[in-house]
Amino acid sequence: MTVEPILAVDGLVKHFTVKTARGVRAYKNTVQAVSNVSFSVRPGETLGLVGESGSGKTTVGRCILRLIEPTAGSVRFQGEELVGMRAERLRELRRDMQIVFQDPYASLDPRLTVGTSIAEPLEVQRIPGDHRARVKELLELVGLSPDHSRRFPHEFSGGQRQRIGIARALASNPKLLVLDEPVSALDVSIQAGVVNLLADLQDQLGLAYVFIAHDLSVVRHVSHNVAVMYLGKLVEVATAETLYERASHPYTRALLSAIPVPDPGVERGRRRIMLEGDVPSPIDPPSGCRFRTRCPKAQDHCAVEEPALVDRGQGHPVACHFPD
Amino acid sequence: MSPRRMAVRRFVKHRAALISLIILGIMVLFILLAPFTARYGVNEAVFKTSPEKPNSFLSPRGIAWLGTDDIGRDLYSRLIYGLRVSILIGLASAFFGTILGVAIGAVAGLRGGWIDDLLMRVTDLFLAFPFLVTLLVLRSVMSNVPWLKPIVGNPTSIRFVVILFVLFGWMGVARLMRGQVLALKEREFVEAARALGASNTRIVLRHLLPNSAGPILVALTFAVSGNIIAEATLGFFGYGPQPGAGATSLGKLVGGAKGALLPGYWWLVVFPCVILILVSLCVNFVGDGLRDATDPKLDGNR
Amino acid sequence: MTNEVVLSLRDFRVTFPTLFGDVQAVRGIDLDVRAGEIVGVVGESGSGKSVTFLGLMGLLPKGARISGSATVNGTELVGAPRQVLREVRGRKVAMIFQDPLSALNPTHRIGHQIVEMIRAHQSMSKAAAMERAIELLNDVGIPQPRERARQYPHEFSGGMRQRVMIAMAIANDPDVLIADEPTTALDVTVQAQILEILQKIQSERQAAIVLITHDLGVVARVADRVQGMYAGRVVERGPVAALYDHPSHPYTQGLLRSLPSVGRDRLVPIPGSPPNMIEPPSGCAFRVRCPHAIDRCSLEVPTLRVVGDLESACLRADELRSVGP
Repeated sequence: MTVEPILAVDGLVKHFTVKTARGVRAYKNTVQAVSNVSFSVRPGETLGLVGESGSGKTTVGRCILRLIEPTAGSVRFQGEELVGMRAERLRELRRDMQIVFQDPYASLDPRLTVGTSIAEPLEVQRIPGDHRARVKELLELVGLSPDHSRRFPHEFSGGQRQRIGIARALASNPKLLVLDEPVSALDVSIQAGVVNLLADLQDQLGLAYVFIAHDLSVVRHVSHNVAVMYLGKLVEVATAETLYERASHPYTRALLSAIPVPDPGVERGRRRIMLEGDVPSPIDPPSGCRFRTRCPKAQDHCAVEEPALVDRGQGHPVACHFPD
Repeated sequence: MSPRRMAVRRFVKHRAALISLIILGIMVLFILLAPFTARYGVNEAVFKTSPEKPNSFLSPRGIAWLGTDDIGRDLYSRLIYGLRVSILIGLASAFFGTILGVAIGAVAGLRGGWIDDLLMRVTDLFLAFPFLVTLLVLRSVMSNVPWLKPIVGNPTSIRFVVILFVLFGWMGVARLMRGQVLALKEREFVEAARALGASNTRIVLRHLLPNSAGPILVALTFAVSGNIIAEATLGFFGYGPQPGAGATSLGKLVGGAKGALLPGYWWLVVFPCVILILVSLCVNFVGDGLRDATDPKLDGNR
Repeated sequence: MTNEVVLSLRDFRVTFPTLFGDVQAVRGIDLDVRAGEIVGVVGESGSGKSVTFLGLMGLLPKGARISGSATVNGTELVGAPRQVLREVRGRKVAMIFQDPLSALNPTHRIGHQIVEMIRAHQSMSKAAAMERAIELLNDVGIPQPRERARQYPHEFSGGMRQRVMIAMAIANDPDVLIADEPTTALDVTVQAQILEILQKIQSERQAAIVLITHDLGVVARVADRVQGMYAGRVVERGPVAALYDHPSHPYTQGLLRSLPSVGRDRLVPIPGSPPNMIEPPSGCAFRVRCPHAIDRCSLEVPTLRVVGDLESACLRADELRSVGP
C-alpha cells in the first residue's frame, strides 16, 4: 500500500534572465538555476535537499511554494497542480504549506511584536477563533514562554527567533514545511535544540518537510530521504542511510569526503577526494554531465551525453555514467 | 523595550536636537497663545497716531519690544502672527507633499516594470524645473486661469501657496520611498509575509511603511524647514500669501523691510531674519536628531 | 621539539561602550602560539574569539578599550603607538577574514593590491614586487597567475578570492597568520582546498597560524592545539586529540555532545542561550547552563588548571574528567 505523496515535483525548471554589461554592449544571459528536477515527498516524511552554492536548492524551495514562478514543470501539492493555479485558490492553499527561513534576524519584522508576527497568518488567512490564545499555544509548542508574545524580535536570541519563525509557520496548521537552511545561522550548541524541535513537531503533527541545507551532518540526522543537487540538477537521490554509507555519484562522494568531522583521529586519517577548481557558472553550464569539469572520473563520453537520473543497479537513482 | 522607545533614547542623546525641540516647542506655545502673548493686534498701531508724535519706525523700547514698522505696528506681535502663518504653511505643505511622495514612491517601488519607469520619469520631469522660477511662473499662470480658482484659491491665499509647494515638493520623498521599498521588499520578513498570502496593500501598510518611517520622517522635517524658507523667499519678492487684512508672514516681514536698512531701521531687518534662521536651524537639528533616532546602527550592540 | 613562541597574550581584555552599557567582550585571555603550529580558537556568539584578535591588530572601532598584554616576537602591541602597529600589521602579523569580497578593493586589480601590500613593508621596485605577487598567486594555487593578476576581484569566485586574500597575507612572510572564520562563507568542497593551503603555509613557512572558527570539524582537521572560549574567557585548551577524546570542561563536553553524529538518535543541546556580555553572570559565566554547577561557581572566577594533558577552567574539572561526551 503506497501512500500518496503530499508533494510531487516533476520536471521543474527555473531560468532567470540577467543582463550583463561588457563595455558598452549589454548581453542577456540565462541563468539555468533549476533544470528538470523531479522528486516526491510523502506525508510525515522529510526530504533533505543538499547542494553547494549554485546548486539551485534554494530556488527549488521557493518554486515549490510559488514564491518564485517556475519557468516550466509541475508541482502537485495534495493532488492539486500549483503551477498555473488561480491566485485565490493558491492563497487558500498557502494555509497548508509554509516556509521557515534561514536568517532568524531578517525573517521577522523588527517593528512588530512577536505575537503579532506569529498571528499574521491567522489574520491573513482569516482563520476564525481566538488568535491570542493560539499564539500562546504556539509559543509553548516551540518551547518558548507564552508571556513573551508582547516582546520584540531584538529581545530574543538567534535560536529563539528561529523558534518564533517556526511558530509562525505552524500557525495555520500546515501539512508541509519548506525549511530553507533553518539552522545554518545558529550557534552549534543551539542548532541541536532546534533540530530536536523540528523532529518532535514532525512526530506530533505529522508534518512533511523539505529540508534544504548544505550541512550534511544535520541533514542526515533529520531526513528520511536525501536528494543531492549540483548546478541545477539532481545527481543522486537515496534514503539517508544509503546515501551516507553507499553513495555512488562522484560528487556525492567528494562532498561527503570534504565535510570535516569533529573527530581528529578520523579526520587526520582520511583519504580525501579533492575537487579541483570552483563550481562553474549556471549561466553556461558544461555540456553533457555538468559535473564533468571537476569530476575525478570524467571521460570523453561525459561531455557528449547527459546522464539521466535512473537506477543503475545501486538501488537508487544516480545521474552518472560511471557510478561506483 | 520597543523600537519606539529606543528611538526616543537615541534622539535624546543628540543634545542639539533636544534643545531645538524645546525651543520650537516654546515658539509653538507662543503662537498658539497668540492673543495673550502678542501685545497688540497684527494690524494695530502701537498707539494712536498723532501729528505731533509719530509712532512709525520706533526703535526697540518699552511699548514695542522689537520696534515698530512704517505705519507704527508692533514688530514683536507681527512676528508672532507671521510665524504662525509661516509654520502653518511649512507644516501643511511638507505633510501633504510627503503623503503624495510616499504614495508615488511606494507604487513605483512595489510594482516595478513600466509603472516604475513612468513614475520615475515624471519625477525627473518635475525635478527638472527650477523651484522658485517655476513657482513664480505658475503663480501668474494659475491666477489667470479662471476655472482653477475654486480649486487652488486666490493666488494670495495660503491654500494657493501650500498647493504650489506640494506640487513641487513631493519628488525627493518619492525617490526616497521608492528606494526604501526596493530595499525592503527583498528582505526576508517581507518574503515571509508573501508566503503567508498577504496582499500587496497589506505588505505596504503593515510592513514597508513602518520600516521606512525613519527616513521618511527625516525627509518630512527637512521639507518643513525648506518650505518655510521657500515661503520667506516668495514673501521677500512680494509674492507670498497675503491672508487677510494686514496679516503677515515671515517672508513678508523680511521682504517688507527691504528698504529699512539704509535709513538705519535695523530692527525691521534683524529680528525677522534672526527668527527665520532660528526656526529653520531648529527644525534642521530636530531632523538630524530624528535621523540619529531612526538609525539602529548607532546602537553599538550586535 | 618546541618552537619559539611567536604570539603571546596575557590577561588580554577588551570592553566596548554601547547605548545599553559596557560590553565586556574579552575578559582576560592568555594564549601562546608557537612557530609552525596551528592553534584553533573555538567559540560561539559572545565568546569574544574574533574581538580578541581584531583588538590586538588594532582593528576595533574607536571606543574600544584594550588592556593586558599582546606581544608578537617580543613587540608589545597593547598601547603601542600607531607607528609600531602599522609596522607590525602586515609584516609580522597578518589577518584574513571571513568575507574576502569586502576585504578586497573592487576598483583595483588583484596584482596591484598584492604589490601594494608588499611595497608597504618592503623596499622593492614595482616590477620585482609584481613578480613576487605572481609567485604568491601560484603558491596559493591560482591557475594562470600572470593573467589573473590583471583581473579584478569580482572576476574571481569566492574560493579564489579567499586564496588571493591569503596570498596578500603571506606576501611579507609574517610570523603569525590570523584567520578569522576563513571558510565559513565557502562551500564545503572549496573549504577543503583552503584548509589545505593553510596547512601548506604552516609546513613550508613555519608560520604560526591562529584559526578562529565555530566549526569543530575544521578544527579537528587542521589544528594542533585548541583553545575553547566562552563569554570572553578561555574555558579549556590543549592538544586537539586530547580535547576531543576526553574534554573536561562541561561546555566543551556539551558542545561535542550537541553535534549530529552517527550513532546518536537525539541531539543533546546545551540549554539556555549565549550570555549577555553587558552583564555576564558572576564567577563562571557558563554556570547558568551547566549541569554540574555548584554554589562556588557563582563566587569564584575559575582559572585554567592542569587536568591531565589538558587545561580546564572549571572548579570541578578533576571530578568531571571521567565523564566523557
